Amino acid sequence: MEAFQNLGFWETLLVTVVLSALPLVFILLYALVTIYLEMKVAAHMQDRLAYMRTGWHGVLQPIADFIKLLQKEDIISVAADRKLFILAPYIVFMGTYAAYAAIPFSSIFIGSNIDLGAFFIVAVSSLVVVGILMAGWASNNKWSIFGAVRSAAQMVSYEIPTALALLIAVMITGSLNLQEVTQFQSGGIQNWLIFGGPLPLLQKILVIPFTVITFLILFVASLAEVNRTPFDLPEAESELVQGYFTEYSGMRWALFYVAEYANMFLVAGVAVALFLGGWESPFGSFLSGPIWGMFWFVIKGMVLVFVQIWLRWTLPRLRVDQLMYISWKVLTPFLFVCIIAIGLILVL
Amino acid sequence: MTAVGIYFNNIWLALSSIAIGMRITISHLFVKNVTTQYPDFKLKMPERARNRLYVNIDDCIGCDQCSMACPVDCITIETIKSTPDQDLGTTSTGQKKRLHVPVFDIDIAKCCYCGLCVPPCPTDCIVMTDVYEFSEFDRQNLIYNFSVMTSQDIEQARVKLKKAEEEAAAKKAASAAAAKAAAPPPAEKPAGPPQSQPPSTPTPDSSGQPGKS
Repeated sequence: MEAFQNLGFWETLLVTVVLSALPLVFILLYALVTIYLEMKVAAHMQDRLAYMRTGWHGVLQPIADFIKLLQKEDIISVAADRKLFILAPYIVFMGTYAAYAAIPFSSIFIGSNIDLGAFFIVAVSSLVVVGILMAGWASNNKWSIFGAVRSAAQMVSYEIPTALALLIAVMITGSLNLQEVTQFQSGGIQNWLIFGGPLPLLQKILVIPFTVITFLILFVASLAEVNRTPFDLPEAESELVQGYFTEYSGMRWALFYVAEYANMFLVAGVAVALFLGGWESPFGSFLSGPIWGMFWFVIKGMVLVFVQIWLRWTLPRLRVDQLMYISWKVLTPFLFVCIIAIGLILVL
Repeated sequence: MTAVGIYFNNIWLALSSIAIGMRITISHLFVKNVTTQYPDFKLKMPERARNRLYVNIDDCIGCDQCSMACPVDCITIETIKSTPDQDLGTTSTGQKKRLHVPVFDIDIAKCCYCGLCVPPCPTDCIVMTDVYEFSEFDRQNLIYNFSVMTSQDIEQARVKLKKAEEEAAAKKAASAAAAKAAAPPPAEKPAGPPQSQPPSTPTPDSSGQPGKS
């Protein structure tokens, strides 16, 4: 937003509001597309068809669902803690949406080009845990509180591998600013951080195995961060009905739902910005530019979202102890090894 | 295997099995689906499918055997005897009809589609069809009335029967208990259901069935 520095107060306010609403528009459109995509992928992986009757191959179904949710009764149970109950979905969504501020959609569009971008995302998306705990507690329902507690334990544990994986990207690029991290990877697919970035050849070859592992770990940890299968214990249907949002209905429920989908793209976006070249074109300067940049960013993000969906319909849910085992005994030690190895290679 | 070996082996097993699973699921994206878009396309019912009951009332002789066979009592039949001067015609199997059938109701909501009513029918007039789409908003609409007699027809038949009975009673009184052979014995009724309709034999029906009228 440096371009708008010589505007008056009201103009600045207007520009700020419009620009900060852009990701919201994106999230809503993206959520509609992804809900449709998820159902279709799920069905076709099971040799079914999914929505077929609303529009061509059911493309209008997410809109119909949205209208239905708008009309539904807003139920708040008597025993619920009313204030917290109402507040919780907003906090969850806010935590997710605030993180979008530091996501570089394109070379010219980033909500807030702060130097602590990666750190800000990790920090502010922790707010989601507060919202989820709040929802579980305020619902005054055993399923909800179990779901919330599981979710809190899970997200807190998986924040460590996520943060360590971010740290590795920061070690190589030397910046927490996601825009700079992205620019660091310019020049085509071979310069993406997952392939070692634009380092000298020897270092690059040595560093590639560790960056690939780091990327995989970041992806796995981010799956757990957003409570997706195989880490969907907080909303394990068979045990907890719907986990922390069992008691929610109508638009409040939809807000959780949208936040969940927004979170999916958020973690995909972070992984893309850090390891897959962000908005950089995979063909160097070919097809690059601000608009193409946005295109590439969204495409890369959607590919990762597709992989998340693909995993969801492939893997069964983990047990709680397995979940903790993976985080503390597998992902974290592997990342420590990666950090040490990459650190040594970088000073080479 | 040492503990370290087990640790790395577990990781390897997890990764390789995830890869196998993902390969299977992605391959199914390109497999032809098995869904039939039901209201647009319907699967052909099997030849001997048992669905909605149908009664060809023209062939019904009012013997009440289907109603007796029904395990859930969903068939209600009422009959009125015809008088000797009336000719109700014959069924398509060549049997003479001796009873009016003013009521032949099937409560299809109760029907359990066992098909037990079909074999006893001496004239093959009750059959199970392959129609399965007959949901209704009002439960009353699920009681199917197969009788074609109008209320006037029924009234006429009753009056006629009454007259004939009175005449017969008068005649009986006149002949003063001379002839007691009027009541035929109820015959041997093999109540076993699975005899498949021998078209004419075991039905000295009409007289055996008192009817409910």
